Amino acid sequence: MNAWIAIALTAVGCYTVKLAGLMVPAGALERPLVRRLAALLPVALLAALTAQQTFADGRTLMLDARAAGLAAAAVALLLRAPFLLVVAAAVVVTAGTRALGG
Amino acid sequence: MTAGKPDAAVVRDALGVGIAVGLSGFAFGVTSTGGGLTLAQTCALSLLVFTGASQFALVGALAAGGNPFTAAAGAFFLGVRNAFYGLRLSQLLALPRVLRPLAAQWVIDETTAVALAQPTRRGVRIGFTVTGLTLYVLWNLTTLLGALGAEAIGDTDAWGLDAAGPAVFLALLAPMLTGAVERLVAGLAVVLGVGLLPVLPAGLPVLVAALAAPAVLWARGHRAGKGGR
Repeated sequence: MNAWIAIALTAVGCYTVKLAGLMVPAGALERPLVRRLAALLPVALLAALTAQQTFADGRTLMLDARAAGLAAAAVALLLRAPFLLVVAAAVVVTAGTRALGG
Repeated sequence: MTAGKPDAAVVRDALGVGIAVGLSGFAFGVTSTGGGLTLAQTCALSLLVFTGASQFALVGALAAGGNPFTAAAGAFFLGVRNAFYGLRLSQLLALPRVLRPLAAQWVIDETTAVALAQPTRRGVRIGFTVTGLTLYVLWNLTTLLGALGAEAIGDTDAWGLDAAGPAVFLALLAPMLTGAVERLVAGLAVVLGVGLLPVLPAGLPVLVAALAAPAVLWARGHRAGKGGR
């Protein structure tokens, strides 16, 4: 039951913020500073999420096989590999590093 | 408006992202049922929440024994970024008001990244719709398959599937790092996001990291103002 409560709250909350973003009047974004800010926010969020999901387990920081996997993904990106290949490189190298005891 | 790229190229980009990320729903299905949620709960999350980071956060918090309200709060905080994506998208998509409640469910990292990469409104709309549809269908399908296959696959970390999430984020981020300001914002966000992780409640560090964007803009504006005198 607790899980269903959490799921319902998350579903309603997440949908509401998605909709709120779309419903704000377009005029609110006409100022150059606001436009610049809206463009930079995803950069900050994606960078933070990438780092957190690579170097943390819950709230504990750690360096493990995922770092090797992400390094492989970064190399794939520099080589202009397609999206699926970038993700596959991360998964394969992470699994390989773990198999080798990393 | 510039001539832009052909529709087929936009569709190809959108399918690439939609399929790759859609397939990673498998990792979510496995993680969720492995963490103790039922098949129905796992599928309900992908259908109704449909924003990967929040789903993973909720499942992790519940598996760790967190109460439903704290767990939902963490997932909600992670989902708040979608409001900022929506702000940007509503301007580019220019959707009629009646369509916005339908489009809202697809306002996530991946659809935003694909849509923002398109040079024309037509491209933005095609990119958003194709990515959203592909991702929604595949993410839910692979969530179901992952939940069903959780027992067969055993330890998902041994398969390296926990690296899929951050790799997806990195692949979305890379094309956005076009200038010094973007790289500075990303660097500061990494320091804030990782540095605050051990001290703030789950979900908050990523929101504080978002402040890197206004902080860098403010610092540059301040410096430019002084330099102009």
